[in-house]
Amino acid sequence: MTGWHLWLAHLPFEWAQYDFMHNALLAVLLVSPLLAVLGCLVVNNQMAFFSEAMGHSALTGLALGALLGLADPTVTIVGFAVILAIGMVVMRRSGAVPADTGIALVMAFVVALGVVLLSRGGGFAKYSRYLIGDLLTITPHELAALALLVVAVLGVWVVLFNAFFFVSLNRSLAASRGLPTAVLEMTFSVLVGVVVAVCIPWVGLLVINSLLILPAATSRNLARNTRHYVLGAVGVSLVSGLLGLISSYYWNTATGATIVLWACGFFALSLVLRRR
Amino acid sequence: MLNMNQNPVTGSRMSVRSCGECCTRLVDFGVTLRGEPVLERINLHMHCGELTALIGPNGAGKTTLLRAMVGELPHHGKLRFIHHGNVESSTPLRIGYVPQKLDLDRTSPTTVSDLFAGTLSQRPLWFGTHKAVRQVARDKLESVGAGALLDRRLSEISVGQLQRVLLALALTPVPELLLLDEPVAALDQGGMDLFYQTVSEMRTAYDLSILLVSHDLAAAAQFADRMILLNRTVLCDGAPREVLLNPLIRQAFGFGFTETEIAVRRPAATELQHEQCALPVGGTP
Repeated sequence: MTGWHLWLAHLPFEWAQYDFMHNALLAVLLVSPLLAVLGCLVVNNQMAFFSEAMGHSALTGLALGALLGLADPTVTIVGFAVILAIGMVVMRRSGAVPADTGIALVMAFVVALGVVLLSRGGGFAKYSRYLIGDLLTITPHELAALALLVVAVLGVWVVLFNAFFFVSLNRSLAASRGLPTAVLEMTFSVLVGVVVAVCIPWVGLLVINSLLILPAATSRNLARNTRHYVLGAVGVSLVSGLLGLISSYYWNTATGATIVLWACGFFALSLVLRRR
Repeated sequence: MLNMNQNPVTGSRMSVRSCGECCTRLVDFGVTLRGEPVLERINLHMHCGELTALIGPNGAGKTTLLRAMVGELPHHGKLRFIHHGNVESSTPLRIGYVPQKLDLDRTSPTTVSDLFAGTLSQRPLWFGTHKAVRQVARDKLESVGAGALLDRRLSEISVGQLQRVLLALALTPVPELLLLDEPVAALDQGGMDLFYQTVSEMRTAYDLSILLVSHDLAAAAQFADRMILLNRTVLCDGAPREVLLNPLIRQAFGFGFTETEIAVRRPAATELQHEQCALPVGGTP
């Protein structure tokens, strides 16, 4: 950490003189590739709406944490996201309601429940941090935890990527090749739920899904194969993250949303560059 | 067109005659989805080297039967596989499956090479693909006349080309049972003939049991050894010509066949003597 701070402080930029910017920069370097690689298969699986609901479930997770009197509600946010991810997969598989309607219903419920619980006594304002995120307050401790998560998820991603990829193409085809499709589907959904939940305090639940989807959607417009798709998404995500962080410093804006605007810009550019 | 001496990735077994040992047997097989019986009392027996065409009206449960056989959907009743060497088990050693379609959108960057590498190699696709895996894929594609498609994206090739790619994939490694779900969106006649011809040659080249869901009854009759009319249960099971001439066909599809309309080739591998027809269950649509 010390080396990182010393090295950055040598850069001839105003933003590079502050420790909180150094921490935030490290967070961006960790979070952006993580969300980008997950996003590639979220888009392949047409689960963008699912991940949006996962983000919004943080409101209820947060409220549960507050009710239990926890200083750090991360445990309840992640726990609730996992339960909800499992619940939504079960609901989709039962076919009781159309998939998108089901997700919309769940999202309406968790948002309303979260807002009702958090607004009791008029105290909602103090939770607005979770809506827009606050990357600049991340501490070295939290960075270490985030780094562990990144390593764990990338580990899963190395071992299971091809299996997840195959299930996203066609479930029966995957089953015929001996893949446990139901288990893989559940694992993937829970993984998305956990990563989204952990990233929410820093990125904000209003924009987290954009960071998941936009880099993949951008890369998809230009990629010629799956390898380029994943690497391109990571690239777009890193560049948007760095530009967003630095420009939010100069514009004095919320970092998460600024990153998303850059990512939107890259998406528009990819549409123009796409032939056909 | 077929390269019979091609070595598949693993487990090659290249006989040109039916061994007659291995078979797939469904006993009182059924599928119930959301409390509704979709398939009931299916009794089938398929031998290696035999091409069985599965026909039936829309919603008859043809695709559901295949999905249950690959293990994606739960079933009741028995599904037994008797392997080479007369070893019986409830799990197939190798099933090749050709789905009707893949869940792709127009912007999907997935290439034919990705499709092969994603299942033949443990190495994650974003690390890149080994030359050896690409070579296996290229050889297999060439064996079905699709060698030039290796680096094409699945979203930019035609329905017929995709079908050949999926067939090549299903044959890697060579399976004991091949399940084919023909796309409803019809291929052009040339593509259709080519596909049926390829599948037909696979049957003897690799000594496979093949179950083919077919929407082109005349083409299926020409190439299949046996035909099964399915509508929630097996209505009719026998030689293609007998099945197509059965009055149940008119009930199921709303049109029938005459002698002259069916140019039936003599079944190549297995001559079926029996014909079993049952009355429709629960009324016909």
